[in-house]
Amino acid sequence: MKKLTRNMAVAMSLSLAAVSGPSLAADSSKPIVIPTHNWSSQVVMAYVIGGIFESMGNNVEYVPADTQAVYEAIRNGDVTISHEVWQSTFGASFYNAMQKGGIIDAGTHAAMTLEEMGVPQYVIDDNLCPGLPNWEALADCPEVFATADSGGKGRWLEGPQSWHGNQMPERLAGLGLDDKYMVKFAGSADALWAELESAKKDRRGVITFNWTPNFTDAEGFVFIEFPEYFEGCRVGDGGNGACGSPKGWLKKAANYKFPKTHPAAYTAFSKISFTSTDIGQMAALVDIDKMSHQDAAKKWLADHADVWKPFTE
Amino acid sequence: MYYLTRQSKLTQFLILLVVFFALCLAIEPSETNVLWRFPALFAGLPGAINEFAENLMYEWLPVEVYDPELEEYETSALVRELTRGFSRSVLFCIELIREILLGGVKTIVTFTSWDFVGEHDWAVWPALPWTVVSGGAIVLGYALRGAGLALLAGLATSYIAIFGQWEPAMETLSFVLIAAPVSCFLGLVLGTAAYKSTTTEAVLKPLLNVAQTMPHFSYLIPVMVFFGVGDHAGAIATIIFATPPMIRLTLLGLKRVPVEVVEAGAMNGCTNRQMLLKVLIPTARRDILIGSNQVIMQCLAMAVIASFIGAKGLGFNLLLALNQLRIGQALELGICIVLIAVVLDKLSLAWANQQTDYFADESFMRRHRYGVIFLAIFALCLLLSLLGRTIFFNGINYFYLIPHNQGITTEPFWQAGVDWMVENWYHGLQAFNNWLILDVLMPMKAAYLGMPVIATFVLVMGIGFIIGGLRSAVIVGGFLLFIAFTEWWDRALITAYMTSFAVMISAILGVVIGSLCAQNSLASRVILIGCDTLQTFPSFIYLIPVIMLFGVTDTSVLIAVIVYATIPAIRYTVEGLRGVPVTLQDAASMSGVNRLQRWVKIEMPLAFPHIMLGLNQTVVFALFMVIIGAMIGTEDLGQYILKALSDKNGIGNGLVLGLCVAFIGLAVDHLIHTWADQKKALLGT
Repeated sequence: MKKLTRNMAVAMSLSLAAVSGPSLAADSSKPIVIPTHNWSSQVVMAYVIGGIFESMGNNVEYVPADTQAVYEAIRNGDVTISHEVWQSTFGASFYNAMQKGGIIDAGTHAAMTLEEMGVPQYVIDDNLCPGLPNWEALADCPEVFATADSGGKGRWLEGPQSWHGNQMPERLAGLGLDDKYMVKFAGSADALWAELESAKKDRRGVITFNWTPNFTDAEGFVFIEFPEYFEGCRVGDGGNGACGSPKGWLKKAANYKFPKTHPAAYTAFSKISFTSTDIGQMAALVDIDKMSHQDAAKKWLADHADVWKPFTE
Repeated sequence: MYYLTRQSKLTQFLILLVVFFALCLAIEPSETNVLWRFPALFAGLPGAINEFAENLMYEWLPVEVYDPELEEYETSALVRELTRGFSRSVLFCIELIREILLGGVKTIVTFTSWDFVGEHDWAVWPALPWTVVSGGAIVLGYALRGAGLALLAGLATSYIAIFGQWEPAMETLSFVLIAAPVSCFLGLVLGTAAYKSTTTEAVLKPLLNVAQTMPHFSYLIPVMVFFGVGDHAGAIATIIFATPPMIRLTLLGLKRVPVEVVEAGAMNGCTNRQMLLKVLIPTARRDILIGSNQVIMQCLAMAVIASFIGAKGLGFNLLLALNQLRIGQALELGICIVLIAVVLDKLSLAWANQQTDYFADESFMRRHRYGVIFLAIFALCLLLSLLGRTIFFNGINYFYLIPHNQGITTEPFWQAGVDWMVENWYHGLQAFNNWLILDVLMPMKAAYLGMPVIATFVLVMGIGFIIGGLRSAVIVGGFLLFIAFTEWWDRALITAYMTSFAVMISAILGVVIGSLCAQNSLASRVILIGCDTLQTFPSFIYLIPVIMLFGVTDTSVLIAVIVYATIPAIRYTVEGLRGVPVTLQDAASMSGVNRLQRWVKIEMPLAFPHIMLGLNQTVVFALFMVIIGAMIGTEDLGQYILKALSDKNGIGNGLVLGLCVAFIGLAVDHLIHTWADQKKALLGT
């Protein structure tokens, strides 16, 4: 383990050298392994980044991987990079792997992410709970969000417990809403989308965890405005949890050898920085135009050379 | 004690119940009360397993490995280098088959280098046109069994191609074509070894039991850590899952070979090898074939789960489609998986059943007629696909490969169907959903969680004692004790509550549907084919519509579980009832019983041991599906197994949780088996 950590330190300093100075050696011709997960923007972006690498003369390979387990794979060198590390959903897995050694932080995208509880646009339009998106309005309408198993309380449908542990129940308690609301943990992102889709059919009130940029942006999704986040407000940091989520980062990760084996590709990868608009465009090509992920990536690369060309220079 | 054992089973059971409820009432629920919850003595176990695995993979037996990319030596561990070497060879085999089917450069790279392929544009293996593969499947089907199988193979491959799923289907096929033969081979070897040596059998038995009841999710992380991610990891996980039934059935088959046959072989002077290959295995063929059929079914049932650790193909696309809520697309992908399973199964069955013609003295052309026909088809299809380059205007060669967005699709139809269902049924179902959750499920869950641990032990071990005496009581008690000493006892109770509810409903449904279908031979055949289909059809697909109708609730999970767990209940009921000797039925009819009496008094009792084995399978299926149901949202062991994917102690947590699930299954399995064996002995079968 010590050895790995040392290797990592070497890699870190080397990667800094690679970013600052001109690259020392040519890239290896061994393929760069890019993971694909099960949501559109990530898959399209995998092919986009693969396309960028290919334009620089690198070989690329794609491998499906579980979103949480992928960090272990990067650490072991079976996967080279991950290009969408969401702060609140994958932060824990990312830092766990980093602690064990073998994975490095390859910079942050320009896109700011928000991962927060919210309601579909129609809940606001139909005025199902007057006063939303201000969180204080929630106190007056728990029954709008009640379900069979919520025991008369309103239900917050949170993502799997592995994403942020007990943050949401703690937030409810901190805000003093826990006598009116309860938290139900869904098992996967699919469960969230299925619930949203079902609720949309009869414009039923529903509060779910969601994030942006995401495909749900297209139909409209409103995040609830909680008291602003500040350092130390969460229960784990000594606060009472009565605050919303911070604007989050979207990071890139890489195996510690990547800067050494593919200095040019790594330099480009560390420069890659997509905005929310970029990500939205990539997702829309698949989710709305129903293109295949590969075709969508090709089209995006062809249409937006001005965005990605600078990364490779 | 002596007094107790003299009572009838019913009295014993009633006394047990009284004791159980008395304990439930008497024991105070408090965290410090040892009788309420055992202390988590094994809480450190996952960490220890993890440390062991990490040590094995990164520290133990360090070796210096040269990294040609970095041009420097690195320290690695021997085990890690060995497992990675193994992974590379498995991956090579998969890539080889995949590139024969779909083309590519990896096989050439293995023998040269990436640089070589980069410099020479011609160094690419071309894909076979789909028409060639389809034609090949048709010829193979015809050669092995005749027109019927040829038609099936042709229809299935055409369906896959025309619906634009050719590429992912061939990707899935390429890893199944490695995983299935390896599983069959391993199964044969280990099964034979167990037949030859009782020690091997004694060692293998418990391992097989655990492997067959452990949910697949729990060994994904260990497989990933040891072998990496990618198609090879998917194949390895699949092999772990698919080999146990093959071992079991090989062993069963060999044991059933009559002594006379073995002696005849010995008298003819068979060597050990001849005895095995020419006498034992051919005689045991029937059971071994059932084993290979199971292997193929299991391999394709793993197609989706294998994609969690990197298997490409239909499974991964299916998960992508579900994430976009494109149920129609997922359904089409699921059908492709089923079709591949059916065709492979029938082809392998036909191949194994082939008769050797020892006397034929045929001309070259006649002996190799199918090879010649295939060559002709090969040439014809190549020509067609060359022609296809020019005749299609939109630049897509439909005779070569139909891209996924160019195929026919029935997606809008299914999508509309689901939308219609949600719009029209949602409100009607809500009343039912509310009633079920509030009046049945929540009280049931509370009751399970309200059991003091000592009462649970008394109940389960008591049942063990009544059924199989002290030995059974100790065995099931041991299984339970392991779970009780982990920190997940409450989670296990929730798993038990969901499983037992689902098993109850599934058993009732299964016996009723099975009994109705067993009345008629055509209906039995149809329902058995339906069971085969549903068993390989990826269960992930019905999670989404179920959530849309019932929300993220236990109802959704249970409905998905019931759909899946009813399959074995139906299958074994039909088989059991159809297996009742006709002479007995006739004898009963002659004694003047009516249809219902015959069913209640003759058929059911005779078929009951077999049906109980079906119930056993139902329990295992239900446990598996409850774990997958964690994707909907539960609070049971499954949720923690999913969570283990991101845990720091992922390997240890996953394995220990998996063992907990396996031990629930094994405890039930032991009880049912013991009881069914006794009944069978009574019936003299």
